[in-house]
Amino acid sequence: MRPHLLALLAKEPAHGYELKQALEQTFGSAYPSPNIGQIYVTLGRLEKDGLVRAVDVEQSNRPNKKVYYLTAKGRESLEAWVDEPTEGPRVRDEFFMKLVLAPLTGIADRMALISRQRRHYLSLMSDLNDLLSSTAPTDRVAMLLIEGAMLHLQADLDWLERCQEDLA
Amino acid sequence: MSPVVKTVNLVKIYQDGAVPVPAVRGVDLQVEPGEFVAIMGPSGSGKSTLVHMLGGLDARTSGEIWLDGKRVDTLSESAWALLRRKKIGFVFQFFNLVANMTVGDNVELPALLAGASPKVARERRESLLAALNLTDRADAAPAQLSGGEQQRVALARALANEPSLLLADEPTGNLDSRNTRDVLRLLSEVHKQGQTIVMVTHDARVASLADRLVSLFDGEIVDDGRIARRRTRTAGEVIDLR
Repeated sequence: MRPHLLALLAKEPAHGYELKQALEQTFGSAYPSPNIGQIYVTLGRLEKDGLVRAVDVEQSNRPNKKVYYLTAKGRESLEAWVDEPTEGPRVRDEFFMKLVLAPLTGIADRMALISRQRRHYLSLMSDLNDLLSSTAPTDRVAMLLIEGAMLHLQADLDWLERCQEDLA
Repeated sequence: MSPVVKTVNLVKIYQDGAVPVPAVRGVDLQVEPGEFVAIMGPSGSGKSTLVHMLGGLDARTSGEIWLDGKRVDTLSESAWALLRRKKIGFVFQFFNLVANMTVGDNVELPALLAGASPKVARERRESLLAALNLTDRADAAPAQLSGGEQQRVALARALANEPSLLLADEPTGNLDSRNTRDVLRLLSEVHKQGQTIVMVTHDARVASLADRLVSLFDGEIVDDGRIARRRTRTAGEVIDLR
């Protein structure tokens, strides 16, 4: 989450709760609502590393709030993040480990594992369908995020079929 | 109520020269009224052959097929043709519309063939075209339509005779994601209205609309079960952004 907060702070200084709202507004309904505690922890670490700095702003009737802003070092770090190529997804699939290792244990056969997993994927897809239909078409970022998740899931399902052809 | 479809030890063996090639090897399948069943499996697992046999487009080698409580595998080809007109709707990957008829007539014809009065057939045509946003395309020739529009027409045509059973073989196999969405929406609507559907598909989005998944492998059913719905999940449990 570090570079995401740096990117938001590059636009304007903000306090923790404003960052949470900005993430929610930008990514829309498909975005898992960020945990405010996690945002404060991350801000603390960024501050310790000198990437952001905080100033106390007095508020009437309320405790001071900390407004964070980006330092020159923080901007450098953000630029490096933007410029570097982003890693492609790595196959790190728990199910594949089960599929390969389970027959050695004698506990389950591969055909049964594959069948159960296929139904599980379709049930996840059905959740995504629901999510997509409850998302406003104008919410482009959220729509693309859901479509991305669907395409990944379709690839997982196709791979499952290949595993079935070759292993089962 | 009797099941819409029932097969008993259904077998199909193709003959490749002197070599018998089994495509479907003893399938027992029962589909209740209103059920939406997705059939998945690797290519060559017998999915299309199975669905074609259910619609009488392919003759079985042995076993029984029952539709709406009547045994049908023993019917002659012409009796099958009559039965199809009345009871079955078909959608394929390629739309197979009648090229020299208008879109509207393509949809109206099956209702007439099924024995509907001209008035009822016309009403059916109009409501289906409206449901699929095709009203203003009614007088066009199929070739003037995009692939997605043609597939929607094919779906309307398949539903025109109010079939007991809608059979589909990769109905979105040839569509982009926007057109897939339209077909998806209609399938989901007619399913809600009680349409029984048996559909072969590789498309997980389409398959996830079904109530039940039947997996085929080497011509046999290796899995047959319901697709769980949770509905209580929030976005964060489905999508993970790091």
